[in-house]
Amino acid sequence: MKPQTLARKFIALLAMLLMPLAVQAQTPAPPAEDEPELVEFDTAKTRAIAVPALVAPAPADTAAGNSAALGRQIAEVISSDLRASGVFETSGPNGLRAITLGEVTAPQFDYWKGRNVEQLVEGFVRVGGDGNLTVGCYLYDVGNGNEVARFGFNIPPKDWRRAAHKCADAIYSKLTGEAPFFDSRIAYIAETGPKGKRVKRLAIMDSDGANHRFITNGQSTALTPRFSPNYKSILYLSYSDGNPRIYVYDVDAGRQRLITQSKNPTFAPRWSPDGQTILYSMAIAGNTDVYKISASGSGTPVKLTSSPGIDIGGSFSPDGKQIVFESDRGGNQQIYVMNADGTNQRRISFGSGRYATPEWSPRADLIAYTRIAGDFRVGTMRPDGSGERLLTDSWQDEAPTWAPNGRVIQFFRTEKNSGKTSIWQVDLTGANERKLPTPVDGSDPAWGPVRP
Amino acid sequence: MKSTNVKMTMLLLASTALVAGCGKKEVKELPPVAEGTDYGTQPSDPNAGAGQIVPGSQEDFLQSVGQSGDRILFDTDRFNVDAEDQVTLQGQAQWLARYPNARVTVEGHADERGTREYNLALGERRANAAKNYLASLGVDAARIQTVSYGKERPQALGSDESAWAQNRRAVTVTVQ
Repeated sequence: MKPQTLARKFIALLAMLLMPLAVQAQTPAPPAEDEPELVEFDTAKTRAIAVPALVAPAPADTAAGNSAALGRQIAEVISSDLRASGVFETSGPNGLRAITLGEVTAPQFDYWKGRNVEQLVEGFVRVGGDGNLTVGCYLYDVGNGNEVARFGFNIPPKDWRRAAHKCADAIYSKLTGEAPFFDSRIAYIAETGPKGKRVKRLAIMDSDGANHRFITNGQSTALTPRFSPNYKSILYLSYSDGNPRIYVYDVDAGRQRLITQSKNPTFAPRWSPDGQTILYSMAIAGNTDVYKISASGSGTPVKLTSSPGIDIGGSFSPDGKQIVFESDRGGNQQIYVMNADGTNQRRISFGSGRYATPEWSPRADLIAYTRIAGDFRVGTMRPDGSGERLLTDSWQDEAPTWAPNGRVIQFFRTEKNSGKTSIWQVDLTGANERKLPTPVDGSDPAWGPVRP
Repeated sequence: MKSTNVKMTMLLLASTALVAGCGKKEVKELPPVAEGTDYGTQPSDPNAGAGQIVPGSQEDFLQSVGQSGDRILFDTDRFNVDAEDQVTLQGQAQWLARYPNARVTVEGHADERGTREYNLALGERRANAAKNYLASLGVDAARIQTVSYGKERPQALGSDESAWAQNRRAVTVTVQ
């Protein structure tokens, strides 16, 4: 896992701010080397967690509003993140009493016990001399009456939501043993207009739908975006010159370039996990194959497939050594795996129906896909094709994308007849399905990694 | 599974026939046509009155190839040019022979019951199938461009076999 700079900064800061408390030693026994990793947790058993508004000692105005208001808003985001994960039943900040600064480090456990709270999150927001915020959050086990963990972040006021996501991520990880995922972003296609004349625009947002921004104006159709691992660029398909072509868009500069100079149509762009290589598909004389090219724009494309059928898409394994892709070489769409150099191509999907849009989980253990057998459903299987599980059941669910921790999947759902689209989220057990809030219709979600 | 496939194919054939039967509906989308005009030989006259069809134009092409003659339809996931399609494309080739400077784009489409990316590739394959057949009839391939819209630009807006049959198409459009 990458070092979390924000968190690291805070640890030093906290030590200074909250001197008398000895940091509780967290010394879990290291797992034995060959012990199998436990991947399942029981999502049916939710935990009751309370998140009162964060305390703002000496409330002050900031560029993002008064720190007292921010204390409440940060608690709202923490509460909302944890609830949406499906693992927690959250209460607060609405309906919970205000807490004092003293309580942040010395909670009234008996009070919370009486309210059937199992876990308690308390914290504070301070405005520093430099105008930055210091956000501290503490996780307590109410039953045991002890501190479980403390986290903190020093951030510009405009990034207050990130502090809330980081805090929620830290709590989620601490209590579930899973990797974090809230502090991440999503690229997707915003859709408006009637079915026969749909406007499709590239847009980006935080994983909870906040900080939404349209990138393209809708004059030409945009499809299938993918955020680069460092969030600096977005690969996507655009008809801006009248033909479907893959561009790489520089988010800060607002400029884009073709990934390869060719008159042939290009589809289905993907990043390698290290962001150094781009996978794409290109049709020559009607036949589509998978290629890869350096993300720097230099170098020549390498053709990875050569079947007379449609070979398209592709998703790298997290170690970058293999690629899962889709091909109809056997008669209809199925899932294949190959080495990253194109060798050893082999089919892995053998169930009934067609299989499309494979995406390798960031934790390597599963591949998500769209299964077409009448209706479209999102499912997962192991990289060897075993253990097939369908997670959704609707008329048309398509194009799964993984949360950075590989525990949650987003996809898009199309309504019969109207053609209206929306982005949905479901966890690996098929539970906790919910629609993401987007300002207009949405399709083609692409989830990026946890931000450093 | 096999018997389901057969049933599906029969259903599709039936609905395709239905669509062909309903083809008259598309006439209203064509521009009005002046009666008794000989489009094939009349020279272009920029001062001609309204309703005049300019030889070599898109209107002229549509007039020449007749109802739905600008497009061929496909079965689910297929891209082959069948006997009926060949007749349609022969009509297009005749018009292209008459106007050797005319250029066309073949637009390939898929129905909504496929995934987005696959359908882009499928539309490209269908457009190329039409292009290849036109080329086999003697049309210079350099005059024919292709573009795929996948499932992004449906012609019929329903979610049923009849709509999907109309949307699995390759449409020839003149380049002006």
